[in-house]
This record gives sequence, structure tokens and C-alpha cells, in this order.
Amino acid sequence: MAYSEKLIEHFNHPKNVGTLDKSKNTVGTGLVGAPECGDVMRLQIEVDEESGMIKDAKFKTFGCGSAIASSSLATEWLKGKSIDEALTIDNMAIVEELALPPVKIHCSVLAEDAIKSAIADYKSKNA
Amino acid sequence: MGSQKLIYLDNNSTTPCDPRAVEAMLPFFYQTPGNAASRNHPFGWQAEEAVDYAREQIGNLLAVDSKEIIFTSGATEADNLGIKGVFEMYSRKGNHIITLKTEHKAVLDACKKVEKMGGEVTYLDVKRDGLVDLAALEAAITDKTVLISIMWANNETGVIQPMKEIGELCEKHGVLFMSDATQVVGKIKTHPKELGIHLMAFTAHKMYGPKGVGALFVNRKNPRVKVTSQIDGGGHERGMRSGTLNVPGIVGFGKAAEIAMQEMDDDAARLSVLRDKLENAFKDTLEEVYVNGNVEHRMPHVTNISFKHVEGEGLMMTFNQTIAVSSGSACTSASLEPSYVLIALGLGDDLAHSSLRFSLGKFTTEEEIDQTIAMISKGVNHMRDLSPIWEMFKEGVDLDAVEWSEH
Repeated sequence: MAYSEKLIEHFNHPKNVGTLDKSKNTVGTGLVGAPECGDVMRLQIEVDEESGMIKDAKFKTFGCGSAIASSSLATEWLKGKSIDEALTIDNMAIVEELALPPVKIHCSVLAEDAIKSAIADYKSKNA
Repeated sequence: MGSQKLIYLDNNSTTPCDPRAVEAMLPFFYQTPGNAASRNHPFGWQAEEAVDYAREQIGNLLAVDSKEIIFTSGATEADNLGIKGVFEMYSRKGNHIITLKTEHKAVLDACKKVEKMGGEVTYLDVKRDGLVDLAALEAAITDKTVLISIMWANNETGVIQPMKEIGELCEKHGVLFMSDATQVVGKIKTHPKELGIHLMAFTAHKMYGPKGVGALFVNRKNPRVKVTSQIDGGGHERGMRSGTLNVPGIVGFGKAAEIAMQEMDDDAARLSVLRDKLENAFKDTLEEVYVNGNVEHRMPHVTNISFKHVEGEGLMMTFNQTIAVSSGSACTSASLEPSYVLIALGLGDDLAHSSLRFSLGKFTTEEEIDQTIAMISKGVNHMRDLSPIWEMFKEGVDLDAVEWSEH
């Protein structure tokens, strides 16, 4: 299977790998997938209290190259967006950007789930 | 691809063709183009002579009569011929076949077809180390059992089954014994008659011969075994497999057998040292490394290793511009299911997803192994730095207690 250059770049040099302090109220954490399925994504956002913008995003992913690239891309796209804007990120946009083959579309779905899950966590802390 | 030399550690998939085998084949493409079945001119005689010679070379390697070698297009066809051919030929005696869950798909899918044809097949579990449970095997035999088909060594783990003991069970119960020996012929001693094996499938391209040619050994005496042909049209190969013989391929196969006979013991000794070096380096320098399958009864050139909390295909992407191996991870297959062989060994899906198979070959060098150790160790560390479950594991989180969101 030949992957796109963008995908390989995100895999070789993933952006925003790391961990945010999940106990902070400004941080939302999403953990999706399962080891048995071969994919686990943890995606975190940190929201600026004054502007309501996502000022930082971090991820760690257990998975194939497409899963890692999808989550790396997702964190890039999240930064600088408002929560509402972030919710509009669609998995098909990830598929397109990374030219994911059909068998890897589930990786983009997982990334979208991780975004939504992180936002839901943030909202529940700040309800 | 960079200028760096590629390292091939996927010899269980296929081996490079030995240049000496290629050399032997070349005249049979042009100078000696005859059909081995042409009985009335020198072109045909030369081709027949070349085929007979190759049959002798292969017969010598297996310590069987050359007439007991039936040429096919490969091991998949040989497995199909053995299983379906026995099922049809012995239908009056019974309709039951016993095999293992860890067999190659060529055997499993042929057995599935037999079930559609009205047969009954028992797919036995293996023990956690991949070995057959002999008591369970014996218990599965009924008065309808005509065939037990058990692979000599597994393609994914290299685990070698107790062929002698299985042969004795077959003898005791009057059941034919077939083995898919694709991964062992030309690598270690394979004398089917000493072990009571009546049918044995193998192929040239796993033993440094060409692709597109294989064989089924069919025992001719005590007992005289016959199989119903699966490909009809001319009655070649004693009526068991029609079709013009692949003369160049067969010549290369024969040459590969002759070379194996001379060199396989030395190759096996050297490769087991390199294999152990590779395996030990990972075990010594990385945490949470597991070798899958029985390590006592194992092919000398194979190791199957799970690097826990790292996904196999992702790991492969860290080095697959340079090193070729294969993975039991779902992601390398279209099915998205992890290796059924590793699952049958009782590995959890997570460990199966984390596995790599290294299969060395006679052209593997120590330098390549050293490079592999360095690159893959680096890849494992990189992937673990990226892995949330590695982080959780290091923090002491009980991963089994986490409620994962299955997808």
C-alpha cells in the first residue's frame, strides 16, 4: 500500500505528541478505540478561558500509520479554532487531506470521535 | 527509496531464487524448449530427461522414490490435490478429515470446500505454544476419518509439530497422514517415510527455487495411496495432475533441492545463531517483548515477536523503507482481523496486533541482523513514545480494567 507524502510526513514527524494535565478544567480529554481493535487514540485540547479558543492540542496514538497521521493532523487543525468550529471537523476532510485508502477510513472516523470526545469532556467540566 | 541496501527478512513469504537454480533453468526456456510429454522427437526427450533428473534430485532430498513426486503449480495446488483428492478417492471408506486451526489457508480453504462437498472436517485447537494436543487428536478420530492433515512447521511462528507421534497415531488408526511441509522442505531434514507421512505438499519458491512450481509427495507402497485428480486433461503425472509440465521451473526446483541437500544443515546452524542474536537483542534491550510459539520445537530461521503496546503495522512503517518483515496485525490485511494463527495460540488481540515475524534466509548476513536490531529497537521506542497505552502501562494503570470504546 503506497501512502501519500503528507501521511508519511505526519507519521515520521508527528505534530503535537504529548500529554496535557487532564485534571485542569481547561483541558478536555478524549480516549477512543481499544487495544483489541488495534487503535487507541488519546486526544486532548486546552481551551483559553478568555477567548474560548483552543490554544493547545496534544495526542498519543497506538495504531497504524494512518491512525497516527490522522490524529496528528487533527491536533494541527484544532489549534486556534473555537469549540464550535472544532465540532465541524469532518472525518472525510481528514481522508481527503491524507489521501487515506478505503481500508483506512476508520482511522479518520476514530480521529473525529476523539475530537468530539475531548470536546464533550471539556464541556462536562465547564457546564 | 534511498540508496541503502534493502534487508529481506520475509523468507517465509518467498525466498530469492538461488543463482545456481536460475542458471540451471535458463537453457530450458529457449535452447531446449520441448514439451516433456512429446514422445516422438529429441526436443521432447530432452525435456523429459530434464524433468526425470529433477524428480530424482527432489526424491533424493526427501529419501523417496522419484515416482512419488507429483508436480503441481505450487504448494497451494498440492494442498488442494492432497485434501480434495483423498476425500474423493476414499469416499467409500469415510468422509471425515482432521486438521488444525493454525494451518495455512490453502489447507483450511480446501477443507471448507470438502465440507461443501458433503465432508466433515474437525479443526482442532492447538496448545498455547502452538503444538497439537495429541490426546485431542486421537480423540477426534472416528471410523469415518480418512485423513489427518497437519502442517510440519507453521509459517507464522515456525513451530514444528511432533510428526513422528502423529504418524504413529495415523498408523494405529489406519488413517492417511498428510502434511503441508512448505516451510520445512529444503530447510531441515524432511524424510516423510520415516515418519509415516503418506502425502506431503511443498513448493520450490520457499527453498530458493522459482515460483510457479511445487509438488505433492504421494506414497506408492505400503500403503499405495491415490488421489483423484483435480485438474484433468491428458493424464500427466500418473493421472493425478494433468497439464504440460513447467520444465524450466521443475529443473530449477530440482537444482534447488540438490543445493539444499548439500547446504541446508550449515545454513540452519548459521541462521539459528543469527535468529537467536536478533531475538535476544530485543529481549535484552526492550521491555515487554514476547516470543510467540514454542521455542524448543521451532524452525531455525524464524522468530515471531510481540512488542507490547505497539501496533505492528505502525511499527513497520518506521523501517519498511529498509527492512522487509511481516506482521500479524490486522492492518496489514484487508480483513482487519489480526492473525488467526496467533489468536489460536491464545494471544489476546492486542498482542497479535503487536507482532512481527522475522524469517531469515540463506542470504541473510550478520551485518543485516545488526542493522535490523538497531532500526527496529529505535522504531519500537518511537512508537511507544507515541502510544497512550504504553504511557498508561508505565503509570501503572490496569489496562484490562479500562472501559475501552470498541469501534
